Amino acid sequence: MIWRKLVNWIMFALTGLCALATVSVLFFILGYLLWYGSRSLSWSFLTHLPTPAGEAGGGMANAILGTGKLLLLTTLMGVPAGFLAGVYLSEFGRGSFPAVVRYTADLLNGVPSIVIGIFAYAIVVKPMRHFSALAGAVALSIMVIPITMRTTEQFLRAVPQTLREGALALGASQWKTVASVVIPAGFRGVLTGTILGVARVAGETAPLLFTSFSNQYWSSGWNQPTASLPVMIFNYAISPYDDWHRQAWAAGLVLLALMLTANVAARLVLSPKVNQNA
Amino acid sequence: MTIDPVRGASRPRSFLGRLLAGDQVARAITATFAGGILLLTGLLVFELFQSSALTRDKFGWAFLFTRIWDPVAGQFGALPFLYGTLATSALALAMAVPLGLGAAIFLAELAPPRISDALTFVIELLAAVPSVIYGLLGVFVLVPIMRALGAPYGVGVLTAAVVLAVMILPFIVSISREALLSVPREQREAALALGATRWESTWQVVVPFARLGIVGSVFLALARALGETMAVTMVIGNDPRIHASILAPGYSIAAVIANEFTEATSDLHLSGLIELGLVLFFLTVLLNGVARLLILSTTRRGTQHP
Repeated sequence: MIWRKLVNWIMFALTGLCALATVSVLFFILGYLLWYGSRSLSWSFLTHLPTPAGEAGGGMANAILGTGKLLLLTTLMGVPAGFLAGVYLSEFGRGSFPAVVRYTADLLNGVPSIVIGIFAYAIVVKPMRHFSALAGAVALSIMVIPITMRTTEQFLRAVPQTLREGALALGASQWKTVASVVIPAGFRGVLTGTILGVARVAGETAPLLFTSFSNQYWSSGWNQPTASLPVMIFNYAISPYDDWHRQAWAAGLVLLALMLTANVAARLVLSPKVNQNA
Repeated sequence: MTIDPVRGASRPRSFLGRLLAGDQVARAITATFAGGILLLTGLLVFELFQSSALTRDKFGWAFLFTRIWDPVAGQFGALPFLYGTLATSALALAMAVPLGLGAAIFLAELAPPRISDALTFVIELLAAVPSVIYGLLGVFVLVPIMRALGAPYGVGVLTAAVVLAVMILPFIVSISREALLSVPREQREAALALGATRWESTWQVVVPFARLGIVGSVFLALARALGETMAVTMVIGNDPRIHASILAPGYSIAAVIANEFTEATSDLHLSGLIELGLVLFFLTVLLNGVARLLILSTTRRGTQHP
């Protein structure tokens, strides 16, 4: 019996260590980025254009704006499409069609982002014959659609059936019930899921490499190659210049800060019970 | 639409009536977007097939089994990349599965709910860290460490596997934890009532009960590892040859696409890269499909016994 109790305690202590090791990775990442990133983070990093290779100074203002531009366009294209599809699955779907859509969306969600990049290249960059912010946003939209769809469905389903019945009993048509009762009731959850979804694609690099490409200067409009923070970090980190390495750390810190803020805010403030991975 | 004052709204509404009330319109619009997802996925497969026709015609299945990748000579064999992708992913799983399963057991079975929730929150944040940031830390922190530990270049298959292991850990932990939590209380209570210790009840009853969900989480993690691009590209060493040592540099499917796609000058080269994308697509779709079914079957089984 003593032996079994001992095994009990040893095994649980080991699992505790596993959990501790897993959790400590985040603090390890945060610590390194704060340590290296904050030393190179300055006001000019946020407001200046990149300098030519080998020249000190400069910043990544164009990449910060570029990431914002890409996310704005993604939010305008991908989020409404995913939202409407989610409304269908939760409120209108009958028969086996919704199950097929759901399964396909899960598969699409699991397609590697680099493959999504190839697809966006084939349908946008190749016909237009040049890299553009639009192509990058199309790639990110394809990634955000299944995420938005699944979270919308999940949160609209959580709205109590009695609310729908109440509205229908008052004589509202089905779409009126959905638009004026169900969607407002599930809105906080849907918003949380959407913010998390957009935040997830905000850090994607692979689908942007050959869609929005990169740019050392400002880009105007939606039609030009556009710099973004993740691609900038990649290009600078693998370059041979020390100064660019420092800039990559600073950009990493900015990107991680944005992601963590969006995640913590969405999860804590809006709705604490969200699980993106399920 | 005029309303009959006597029979009112109780009259069954005609198709036109429902159309005017907006139900059919709303249904049609939302169904279009839902169907759009099928269309989009279909188009994705079609484009990948269409754009990789050149190499598929020229090399056939040999594309997957030859080891010369020479864009200048027009020779394209995917074996080094397949090897790199599979080797890094397998090594990453070997490291991440025991660690992740241990952490999931701790969070689901042992830790008090408040601590478990807090730790799970941190682990979900970890899943949100962009892969390029893992790559950044890999290049500037892990590579020097590996070099100090005896890897000749620092970069290589093992280095990439370590980074991958860290990246897939949160997925294994959070999905396995869900699977463990969906095991009915009675199962634990019955084992404890028979005199089992907490660990015996966990290891001999709860874990076997949740095994399909746990295997599902491993498949999902494997699919992620296979398709992971940036972090691997930055630390694997980008050498399209197969070396016997896992300390030597290698190359993965996703990495070669990321590095060569914008620089591909010949149509054949581009087609070869797109065919690699197609291979990656099929691998991950297969794994995801199986994983979803496994996870679905455990959570359903768990909820059937309230």
